[in-house]
Amino acid sequence: MQVPRNWRLQKQRYSLIGEVCEHCGVKLFPPRDVCPECSHGAQTLYQFTGMGNIHSFSQVFDPPNGHIENTPFIVALIQLEEGPMVTAQLTDIDIEHVEIGMEVEMVTRKMSDDGTEGMIIYGYKFRPPIVD
Amino acid sequence: MTIDNREPDLQAMKPDIPVGIVGYGAYIPRYRLPAEDIAKLWVGPSNRVPVTEKSVAGIDEDVVTMSIEAARNVLARADVNPIDIGAVWVGSESHPYAVKPTSTIVAEAIGAVPNTQAADWQFACKAGTEAIQASTGFVGSGMTKYALAIGMDTAQGRPGDALEYTAGAGGAAFLLGTAEESVATIEGSFSFVTDTPDFWRRQNAKYPQHSKRFTGEPAYFKHIAECAEQLMHALGTKPTDYAYAIFHQPNSKFPQQVAKVLGFTTEQIATGLLAADVGNVYAGSALLGLTAVLDVAQTGDRILLVSFGSGAGSDAFDLSVNDRLSLCQTLAPTTKDYIERRTVIDYATYARYRGKLALI
Amino acid sequence: MTGSTNIYVSGTGCTKVGEHWGTSLRHLAWEAVNLALLSSNTKKPDAIFVGNMLSSSLSQQLNVGALVADFCGFRGTEAITVEAAGASGAAALRQAILAIRSGEINTALVVGVEKMTDAVGPDVTTAIAGGADSDWELAHGLTAPAIAALIMRRYMYEHSVPTDGLSGFSVNAHKNASTNSYAMFRNLISNEQYSRGAMVSSPVNVFDSAPDADGAAALVITSSDRELVEGRSIQIAASNLTTDSLAIHDREDLLTFSAAQTSARYAYDQAGIDANDIDVAEIYDRFGVYAAMSLEACGFADWGSGWEMAQNGSVGLQGSLPISTFGGLKARGNPGGATGVYQIVEIAQQLAGTAKDNQVSDVKWALAQCLGSNGGTAVTHILNVVG
Repeated sequence: MQVPRNWRLQKQRYSLIGEVCEHCGVKLFPPRDVCPECSHGAQTLYQFTGMGNIHSFSQVFDPPNGHIENTPFIVALIQLEEGPMVTAQLTDIDIEHVEIGMEVEMVTRKMSDDGTEGMIIYGYKFRPPIVD
Repeated sequence: MTIDNREPDLQAMKPDIPVGIVGYGAYIPRYRLPAEDIAKLWVGPSNRVPVTEKSVAGIDEDVVTMSIEAARNVLARADVNPIDIGAVWVGSESHPYAVKPTSTIVAEAIGAVPNTQAADWQFACKAGTEAIQASTGFVGSGMTKYALAIGMDTAQGRPGDALEYTAGAGGAAFLLGTAEESVATIEGSFSFVTDTPDFWRRQNAKYPQHSKRFTGEPAYFKHIAECAEQLMHALGTKPTDYAYAIFHQPNSKFPQQVAKVLGFTTEQIATGLLAADVGNVYAGSALLGLTAVLDVAQTGDRILLVSFGSGAGSDAFDLSVNDRLSLCQTLAPTTKDYIERRTVIDYATYARYRGKLALI
Repeated sequence: MTGSTNIYVSGTGCTKVGEHWGTSLRHLAWEAVNLALLSSNTKKPDAIFVGNMLSSSLSQQLNVGALVADFCGFRGTEAITVEAAGASGAAALRQAILAIRSGEINTALVVGVEKMTDAVGPDVTTAIAGGADSDWELAHGLTAPAIAALIMRRYMYEHSVPTDGLSGFSVNAHKNASTNSYAMFRNLISNEQYSRGAMVSSPVNVFDSAPDADGAAALVITSSDRELVEGRSIQIAASNLTTDSLAIHDREDLLTFSAAQTSARYAYDQAGIDANDIDVAEIYDRFGVYAAMSLEACGFADWGSGWEMAQNGSVGLQGSLPISTFGGLKARGNPGGATGVYQIVEIAQQLAGTAKDNQVSDVKWALAQCLGSNGGTAVTHILNVVG
């Protein structure tokens, strides 16, 4: 398990903190420091609301390492309400109920772990809102 | 040396600066395991199960993730910048790490780091109310402006043990601040603690053990009753002064019995009695009852809260509801919202989600 | 193409694609190199470019360039590994072309080699998934099929593709592979079998998905006019490599392989032709939806209609644009970083007229396009017959 590498991304993964370009106003997630729209520096931190809708989704049956016990799991492209597209797992929902366009909200969950003795990696997933 | 046998000074604990709950938030996972399912598997009497069903954490949930969600619900109700939170204290008996705090992860996730206190509390089912008492002292002494106290568990029950019917998952978080900006003022609290071995889990054991009927009278009933009576005595209150009373709820029966002993009516405890629907959520048990009450309480209502932790002890609190409560009740999902969000699972799914199947 | 040096394919070779449990990375490479050198009658290349994707993660082997040079008897020769995920082999060819064009060398040996079966199971799935954005895709459990599935579901949704509407690519690929002796899957499949395929990452099922396999392919390319077969010189008329975002969530349009589109346009310009002139194409059909989107990107079909070419038979050996003529990634097999070199070996055979049962008639211009990182890298080559 690559501890420093995951530690470095905690802020973004736990809370969906990205960046905003002060020059053209575009919101960036994942953070990339340089605005892809206007090429100006964009390092001002921005807290996303975590609300978005499903652009596409898939149920994964053949997992990579760190995700085996959670298989099958659902992954999705989420269009955040501020604009950016995010790739993440869905949680608290069964595949039969997932639809393109449905509203979801961000929650922080266990993303993966390194066995029972290793680090647990936490990060964002999305689920249907608790309250409509 | 002779023992000093004088009676202790039975004053309620009160901070110098009045303290109250500035924000609160519940969390209950989505999954439910009916007690009948367990009774079927282990051939128990299905007509005498201690709860209807219990809440079960999903495969990607633990005390960290559940605490984060409850804390976010707190912040949705309290108009507070997380950088002003001076302590993040999480009480649980199911911290995901034996060494490495739950609290730092929660503090990081809600944006309270780095200038904050962070620690994990452990005292069986009363670890959360301990964190509230400590937070009361921390804020009430002026050492910090706000302190976040969480009681949260994904309780463990050995397959086939009586505990398995009830060992649920859930809890609540509370932000303590000055009484003047609070939704409910803490009028006083009281603790009652003895060395009573009713329930324990050794350092490297996966499941706890308990001393069966010994967990009742000398443990649960004695500590809760003494603690509640002494707090009411110290504050000069009586059961009829309270709109609501909440007692630790390892099952549905115990809290009803202790309420009766103390002179509380069924109506007073109904709102905060959730064991039938979620089971025993351990460090979150009494606290989840409190969030259910705060979701509906009105200005001027007085609330009695008494926790119980094995080992053993109780913390009792007297709270009075302020005007501000009505403004924040709907700013985050209510306890009822979480209870009604339920998906029933079978024992096999439960066994998988809770790591009861050995894959290696 | 830009500049003045003409470059020819003077030799080709490849191994059977499959699970070579008993053969190591270096032995696989040597087998293909040996065949290419024999067919080219070249004694020694000036430099060796090795396309490889996974040896560092699956075989704990870096510097495959030097390893292959040494093992094939060229100790001392300039050699380097080129890695661009699934497009590694095509990118190695691109680098070899640049080297010849620079005037530093005249003859290059291009090798694509992949040894998937040094590990098995999730280790391989994980290594391959590293072709996408590791921090923001793989970390969330996204595998290569999962990324294709996200694209496929959206493609079918936006373009109103019927269920199983992408099946034609797999059926065609298996049909063509059935007569290819080095293909991994030589069985025919029907639409019904496709429909019953077990899900890998819904809606991608096993029949949508190319098998990850071992294999090696090699080319000798040279600035001297050398015939590949008697009377036919095969010229590299265009070469281009273009990139896009690695992560699909950063793409301007999820349903356009914009790197593939740009790369194809540049390639047509270099060759002085357009899409209509292409007689045969080896495209990146790792997943049915990638084949459809590649056809659109290369200008063979309108945006959103690439899938229809497989359903109406246009992509068959007798169709208007034959693709995957030896089975493609889907049925010949997908040996990762070797795939891009296999594609060139295959279109060279089509141009030389040596494709036997898989021969497309009257091939003058052929295109090979290889993608890495789900379209994050696109490499396009166009070859034609001279003489």
